[in-house]
Amino acid sequence: MDTFASTNSTTQRELIESVVIRFAGDSGDGMQLTGSQFSDTTALMGNDLSTLPDFPAEIRAPAGTTFGVSGFQVHFAAHDIMTPGDAPDVLVAMNPAALKVNLRDLKPGGLLVVNTGAFTAGNLKKAGYDKNPLEDSSLDGYRLLKIDITKHTLQSVESFGLGNKEAVRAKNMWTLGLMMWMFGRERDSTAEWLRGKFAKSPNIAEANIAALNAGHVYGETAEMPQGIHAYEVPRARLQEGHYRNVTGNEATAWGLLTGGKLAGLELVLGSYPITPASTILHYLSNLRAYGITTFQAEDEIAAVCAAIGASYAGSLGITTTSGPGLALKTEAIGLAVSTELPLVVVDVQRGGPSTGLPTKTEQSDLLFAVYGRNGDCPLVVLAASTPGDCFTMAVEAVRLATKYMTPVILLTDGFLANSAEPWKIPDINSFEPFPVKQRTDPAGFHPFLRDPQTLARNWAVPGTPGLEHRIGGLEKNYDSGNISYDPDNHHKMVKVRAAKVAGVADDIPLQKIDQGEDSGDLLVVGWGSTFGAISSAVLGARKAGLKVSHAHIRYMHPMPKNLGEVLKRFKHVLVPEMNNGMLVKILRSDYLVDARGLNKIAGQPFKIAEIEAEIRGLLASS
Amino acid sequence: MTPLDPPNPPLTRKDFTSDQEVRWCPGCGDYAILAAVQRMLPELGVRRENTVFVSGIGCSSRFPYYMNTYGFHTIHGRAPAVATGLKLANPQLDVWLVTGDGDGLSIGGNHLIHVLRRNLNLQIILFNNRIYGLTKGQYSPTSLLGKRSPSSPMGSVDNPIAPAAFALGCGARFVARGVDTDAKNLINTLKRAHEFQGTGFVEVFQNCPVFNDGAFDHFTAKDVAAQQQLHLEHGKPMRFGDDKGLRLRPGSLDIEVVTVGENGVTEADLLVHDETNRSQAFLLANLDPPTFPVAVGVLFRSDENLVPFEVGMHEQNKQARARGLGDINALMRKGHTWKVDADPSADPAG
Ligand SMILES: Cc1ncc(C[n+]2csc(CCOP(=O)(O)OP(=O)(O)O)c2C)c(N)n1
Ligand code: SF4
Ligand SMILES: [Mg+2]
Repeated sequence: MDTFASTNSTTQRELIESVVIRFAGDSGDGMQLTGSQFSDTTALMGNDLSTLPDFPAEIRAPAGTTFGVSGFQVHFAAHDIMTPGDAPDVLVAMNPAALKVNLRDLKPGGLLVVNTGAFTAGNLKKAGYDKNPLEDSSLDGYRLLKIDITKHTLQSVESFGLGNKEAVRAKNMWTLGLMMWMFGRERDSTAEWLRGKFAKSPNIAEANIAALNAGHVYGETAEMPQGIHAYEVPRARLQEGHYRNVTGNEATAWGLLTGGKLAGLELVLGSYPITPASTILHYLSNLRAYGITTFQAEDEIAAVCAAIGASYAGSLGITTTSGPGLALKTEAIGLAVSTELPLVVVDVQRGGPSTGLPTKTEQSDLLFAVYGRNGDCPLVVLAASTPGDCFTMAVEAVRLATKYMTPVILLTDGFLANSAEPWKIPDINSFEPFPVKQRTDPAGFHPFLRDPQTLARNWAVPGTPGLEHRIGGLEKNYDSGNISYDPDNHHKMVKVRAAKVAGVADDIPLQKIDQGEDSGDLLVVGWGSTFGAISSAVLGARKAGLKVSHAHIRYMHPMPKNLGEVLKRFKHVLVPEMNNGMLVKILRSDYLVDARGLNKIAGQPFKIAEIEAEIRGLLASS
Repeated sequence: MTPLDPPNPPLTRKDFTSDQEVRWCPGCGDYAILAAVQRMLPELGVRRENTVFVSGIGCSSRFPYYMNTYGFHTIHGRAPAVATGLKLANPQLDVWLVTGDGDGLSIGGNHLIHVLRRNLNLQIILFNNRIYGLTKGQYSPTSLLGKRSPSSPMGSVDNPIAPAAFALGCGARFVARGVDTDAKNLINTLKRAHEFQGTGFVEVFQNCPVFNDGAFDHFTAKDVAAQQQLHLEHGKPMRFGDDKGLRLRPGSLDIEVVTVGENGVTEADLLVHDETNRSQAFLLANLDPPTFPVAVGVLFRSDENLVPFEVGMHEQNKQARARGLGDINALMRKGHTWKVDADPSADPAG
């Protein structure tokens, strides 16, 4: 915890600048709900925040085991923050397995809240403890708060006559109440949320609210051990505006709808469920009123093909997926490149290869997105860098797909998908519309007539009299659109498709330096969800006097026109990535710079300290 | 859905013929099917601009290039999925899906299952030549056991599928068969498929003279056709040949061939074709020569109303938009939000 010097005497709360809390328990313990409720309230109270949910791939792993542990980390502060925090200041462990898995991350001297009620011989054994860690000296390096949360919860809901299972379940709300006391959070919005969630069983809602209140009362009244008390985290000074918490997948869904509206097009989403992309399908399925038709296809191939069919018919086809699904879609994406139809493909990346780490984050589809198709098959690739940026880049994906008649792959990842941040809600009327003009004039028409500026072909839609035409994946004659096997024509068409996509570089912002001077000793270049960690690490290094800057790329293909020149103004280039070296490969091959990689492939976001250490090491040795 | 008025003046076969040179091998059954379709469309009174032919990959899937309508030659096996997107985007389009035995039943089998069970309002013509034509003659999922081909030189041991039975198993609501060379009946069958509100599945026996010549001669050749084909007509007894007919073997669910006028069998003993009987359609779909004739015409037409998938989806869209298109700005401001006021101490330039 970063502390202020003062203590607020009226509330007896210690003022702190920021705190990182991790809630951890069994998959069935409701930790994701606890964490997100805590975060929502925290946002409402004006703090900046960032969250990191971490859940197992199994829906309900056997209770009490280490692989069934689910965690939710929230970092909130009185100032701007950009990551969910390197290490928790506070760990809430609902059972021995949660303690076992998470303790190594807790800061030395950190606050450890444990539910002693779950530290039974059976649970200890399942977690792999020979001895009860609460009873030996192994936790001496932490401030330990031992509470039989199970027992207190049961007492608090006694009068509601719930079954034992239902009653015990309320312990996450009891814990939330306690933590809300500790960090001065208000309970109203959670109570309201519980009443909504359990609208059909008001008794359960009220029992949970009773547990929530009881946890809070416990904090207020119980004697706390030495060194454990309540805190206050003053509000952050955010820019003026209307805010909400948003996750990357929500922002992506809303960005796609907004793009459709700005283009003046109906959207058709074809999708097949896959973690961590499914929630985009869920959100959009609920938003059919906003100009989208959603189709759960029989597989990813059908999903993308339906999107392509929809684009041929004059809507904008969209498909959302993750790595294994993108693999299945590649042949069809090639068809969209060849027929020059607009298409937006959202790839929420996860750990690979193969099924990999379905619920963990990674950035390892970059080379696949940029290069992974048969034939010379260029398309546009974008990457969002924060949950809120998913909105902006989804709008961009729609704009570029429709303006250039090309597939666009938007890369996000599991971390962005699920983590939340306060987001200044944009006014969609402040976006420049980009209305799409579909062809109606038969005079001189052929399907591959191009706009001389963008090289985009004209979009002629079935139903339009006089524009009947055939398209397909066979090579087309440049001058008629008819099938052509002519060698020179093929050469020309490959070049034209490449030139069209390359030309997008003239239509995107120049690469900016996100932090620091525009020349110096070291440029840290990132892309995607590493934005927060890199930004904080560079800030730290700059405070220590190092000549470091940060540039974050959001247009992965084509890249901004000035990027090569930006890179060359620095003595060194460091590329932190959550993969085994992909952007670094592109930068080295495209710009002939001696960029170096920093790779973390652990299914977890970078810690600030990991990047800062690399920056310092690199500059010390050079 | 309101059907469009027929074009005025009426169109002719030539109006549906594109300027592209047809590139099938001489004598290929695909020519006859193309001609039948080009003859039929003007009779349906459909508009060119509203008609879309979607295909996968194969000799048969070149079909859209020869039609002067909208057309999409997609990728191998995926035409049903592309067509689904087309219909979702614009349910008014009149979509014909052209596929082959390999395209539709091997690589695209999964999509064929789902388009049939979803009952999209479109027509599927499956060109069954019991061979992979375009890739030069390998055996296909409809090739018979023992078929010798470049990839089965010792004869295929790969048990074939019966397309019509497959379609029925997928829950198809209109299943029919035709023969490439029998234009008159083929046209009638295709018209029936078009008229059907839902997926109209038509298997066409198509000769590939280059890689599987004569695969269907044993029931399509002029001299045997009458004896070996059962032309189905709703409400009519199942008669074929001079005096043959089908009946249920008493006390069983098996079909047997009988001769009318022999052993006291009269026409009244024969099965009467009921298009709406799915169980009967299954029996008909599995009849094979030489013991049985091949059933052609409409094997099954469901009379239970099932709203086509795209129509159901659009009805839901309409419901969701009953009060107009949603306001995205309002959507994003729903739920927990908060306002931050201008900070008077903040640097205005910052
Ligand atoms: C993904 C993919 N795999 C394989 C092929 C090669 N291929 C093209 S057509 C075809 C078989 C076509 O058979 P069928 O559908 O029966 O059509 P026919 O040529 O007999 O009309 C194959 C294997 C391809 N084009 N794409
Ligand atoms: S290979 Fe067979 S199916 Fe293909 S065009 Fe030639 S004859 Fe027709
Ligand atoms: Mg074939």
